[in-house]
Amino acid sequence: METPVNVNQFRPVAKDIQMAQTIARPSTTYWQDARRRLKKNPLAMIGLFVIIIMVLGAIIGPFFCKYNYSDQDYDNRLASPSKEHWFGTDNLGRDLFVRVLYGARISLAIGFFASLINLTIGVLYGSISGYFGGRVDNVMMRIVDVIYTVPLTMVVILLMVLFQPGLKNILIALGLVYWIGMARIVRGQVLAIKEQEYVLAARMVGANKWRIMLKHLIPNSMGPIIVSATLNIPQAIFQEAFLSFIGLGVAAPMASWGVLADEGAQAIQSYPHLLFFPAAAICITMLAFNFLGDGLRDALDPRMRR
Amino acid sequence: MMSAVNAVKPESATDTLVKVSNLKKYFDTENGILKAVDDVSFHIERGETLGLVGESGCGKTTVGRTITRLYEPTGGAMFFDGVDIFKTHESDLKPFRSKAQMIFQDPYASLNPRMTVGDIIGEPLDIHKLARGQERTDRIFELLDLVGLNREHANRYPHEFSGGQRQRIGVARALAVSPSFIICDEPISALDVSIQAQVVNMLEDLQNRFGLTYLFIAHDLSMVKHISNRVAVMYLGKIVETAFSNELYDHPMHPYTKALLSAIPIPDPAVERQRTRIILEGDVPSPINPPPGCRFKTRCSEVMDICHAQEPLLKDVGGKHQVACHRA
Amino acid sequence: MANLLEVRNLRTHFQTYAGTVQAVNGISFSVAPGEALGIVGESGCGKSVTATSIMRLLPPNGKIVEGEIDFDGRDLASLSEREMQHIRGNEISMIFQDPMTSLNPVLKIRTQISESLQLHQNMTKAQAAKRSVELLELVGIPSPAMRVKQYPHEFSGGMRQRVMIAMALSCNPKMLIADEPTTALDVTIQAQIMDLMRELRQKLNTAIILITHDLGVVAGMCTRIQVMYAGRIIERGTPDDIYYNPKHPYTWGLLKSVPRVDARERRRLHSILGQPPDLLAPPEGCEFWPRCDYAMEICQRQKPELANIEGEHETACWLTHPAAATHLAAKGGPAQ
Repeated sequence: METPVNVNQFRPVAKDIQMAQTIARPSTTYWQDARRRLKKNPLAMIGLFVIIIMVLGAIIGPFFCKYNYSDQDYDNRLASPSKEHWFGTDNLGRDLFVRVLYGARISLAIGFFASLINLTIGVLYGSISGYFGGRVDNVMMRIVDVIYTVPLTMVVILLMVLFQPGLKNILIALGLVYWIGMARIVRGQVLAIKEQEYVLAARMVGANKWRIMLKHLIPNSMGPIIVSATLNIPQAIFQEAFLSFIGLGVAAPMASWGVLADEGAQAIQSYPHLLFFPAAAICITMLAFNFLGDGLRDALDPRMRR
Repeated sequence: MMSAVNAVKPESATDTLVKVSNLKKYFDTENGILKAVDDVSFHIERGETLGLVGESGCGKTTVGRTITRLYEPTGGAMFFDGVDIFKTHESDLKPFRSKAQMIFQDPYASLNPRMTVGDIIGEPLDIHKLARGQERTDRIFELLDLVGLNREHANRYPHEFSGGQRQRIGVARALAVSPSFIICDEPISALDVSIQAQVVNMLEDLQNRFGLTYLFIAHDLSMVKHISNRVAVMYLGKIVETAFSNELYDHPMHPYTKALLSAIPIPDPAVERQRTRIILEGDVPSPINPPPGCRFKTRCSEVMDICHAQEPLLKDVGGKHQVACHRA
Repeated sequence: MANLLEVRNLRTHFQTYAGTVQAVNGISFSVAPGEALGIVGESGCGKSVTATSIMRLLPPNGKIVEGEIDFDGRDLASLSEREMQHIRGNEISMIFQDPMTSLNPVLKIRTQISESLQLHQNMTKAQAAKRSVELLELVGIPSPAMRVKQYPHEFSGGMRQRVMIAMALSCNPKMLIADEPTTALDVTIQAQIMDLMRELRQKLNTAIILITHDLGVVAGMCTRIQVMYAGRIIERGTPDDIYYNPKHPYTWGLLKSVPRVDARERRRLHSILGQPPDLLAPPEGCEFWPRCDYAMEICQRQKPELANIEGEHETACWLTHPAAATHLAAKGGPAQ
């Protein structure tokens, strides 16, 4: 059973420090690692897939349809879904499928941009508050607390009543209000990271505050920031739908999903399809973003790293 | 508090590179004032290695971080090359930061995980505007060579390296500004035995080559004794004994130093079997409201009445050996 | 005397995204009742995985792929999780490096010690509470009757490790596995804990497996020591064999790389250059050859098996083969 020993092989050879020094594992960055983990999460991938389809549909879908969102087909008013009109038509004979696609443009755009505004304000506010700490932090966080005590939907409604309802104003209203969640998350991250030795090391080599914030604190808070921004998008879409539903949304003839749902709700008894399709679009989008957000949370969590 | 310190004249003529007097660092906590470092004085000669030993919570890391202004001092003075660093405005610390550097304890936490090794080592070059473009790349390669890493490693991220290699990256970052003084804050305690020896040998080589001055902070007295010319022992925010390394081992005078020495395991079964250990009772008291009098009295086997009443001061017992004990 | 534990050809592998990590690669050893075995090695050498394999506490991606773990007549490697639960904490206990995370912060010490007593020993609540106080007294915690009512955060690190030891000993286990029990503690506290373990072993005659990276810690405590490198045992024997007559170049290097506090003159430390191999792709022959000053051609090709030197002293190194005598003589052997 024993392998025979070849006595001629007992000649000295040089050791090989290079071999004992090389890194056998492939080089992977944080983002590559995160992508690998995300790909292993089927729900998140389904979510991502749905979102991509939605976005593509919103951008290029209308070009492939024979109707425009304002085209009226008087002979086919309030038609049920058919081969001609996939989602049916509304009371003016407009094709609901195209209207939902156009609605996607508006709803998704509101979601993305509102989230982007929240992200910018929240990251700036949170990182300044967390990094400077002490008095600055105290004052800044008390302001956040005060904002938090006011029901945010009320604030948005108030703003919308003050301004003219419309795409731009909805964005402003949503952007101005919903950043506080992001600010808190970023502050928490920054507070934890600023005690890390690599931040001390950066201070030791003479890095100033801005450098530390931009090079060390924010890049290392990116995981939770992205997760939170992803989960902010469906929240904004939902808020917009709600505002439209109560008549404070974008103005006709443009129609977001909320406006469509509002119109549909008025005829729910006789023509349920008018409510069903926009509502389904809202639900599917919210689910998709939530699946993706949860998947990202798992993928970006440093504790999952191996 | 500062007035007594003001009387101390900057000593630029002598060979003392670092002189710390009456250093105090208190932290405000929920339970009261934590006196992490309480009236500590020491000096380090140019080219010398001073070891600072003590157990966790004794304030040794705080000493390192306060004399470099990573923490704002509560009191005292720190002269570096004759300049009082504590009186320098924070925005004027850049020259100091190009002469004094630090190597950190945790090789896993001391490198930014989102930066490549090249950028980590290059950061001090950028900040102090020491090199740009090709010159910067060359300098990074030179530093990698110096600490025994491959040049290909510059594009990799910290998490791909082992603990010992990461600590080398940390050393390369510290060396980037060509400092004269390096604080080694427990640089090897997180490393494996065979890797510890590599890093210690490298630190010794770098010291010989560049004439570096070290403050070597650690809890492992055997390693501190190996690398240091002189050793200062800390207990609960105070220095209780300082002496030349061999003198400290041969003639420890403070009961805490004696216990510390006897607690160190020696890799020799015969010696271990014959040793009688001084086993200290209990734990280190909290640095919040430390006991009055001698801070070691709660664990000391040779405690006297005076230890309760009066705090012992560091006094010379000859041969640059100082001890803070009423028995001495 | 029959052995309490016999591990035969144990292999434990981990599945990671990058491939299979061969953490423990065919090790065999035994522990006699009441014996103290030291397992020494650096991080990643497989010493902790050996312990978690015996306890069957491997993470989900780890698996015992081969081998037997014969404990007191049963093969632990093939027991069901249910049967294993009866053994864990009852017949074999384990204490870990970090006493902070091993205790439940929201439960009183008494509740935590009583739990296994009530579970394994069928004690009533009152009996278990009484025994908890006795156990704390056994491990040298002052005023135990008062301390059992406290929560973990009211204990210092050293005291917590004493509590862990008390919990581990609560059911009079036949074997205690201590995985780096003092690494997180200060030297003076480490001395207290090692003293306690030594005393308890004599008093209770519990077999101990002490896993550590610190050659100093095992020197005075263990009856036998085995050195691991890259998932294999490369040398074992009595402390005298290992410290005074080491045969493997890795053991030589390890011993010479630690400074001794009782050393007279200051000499440069010996350092083993490079680092242990990544166990995703260990070298073909001896795992140590790329770092070995004594490497030979055969070391690159063929893994050396553990071979007997004398008595219990065994080593896995081609240098002990008669054919290597001239090479070893030319190199001069280890400079002790």
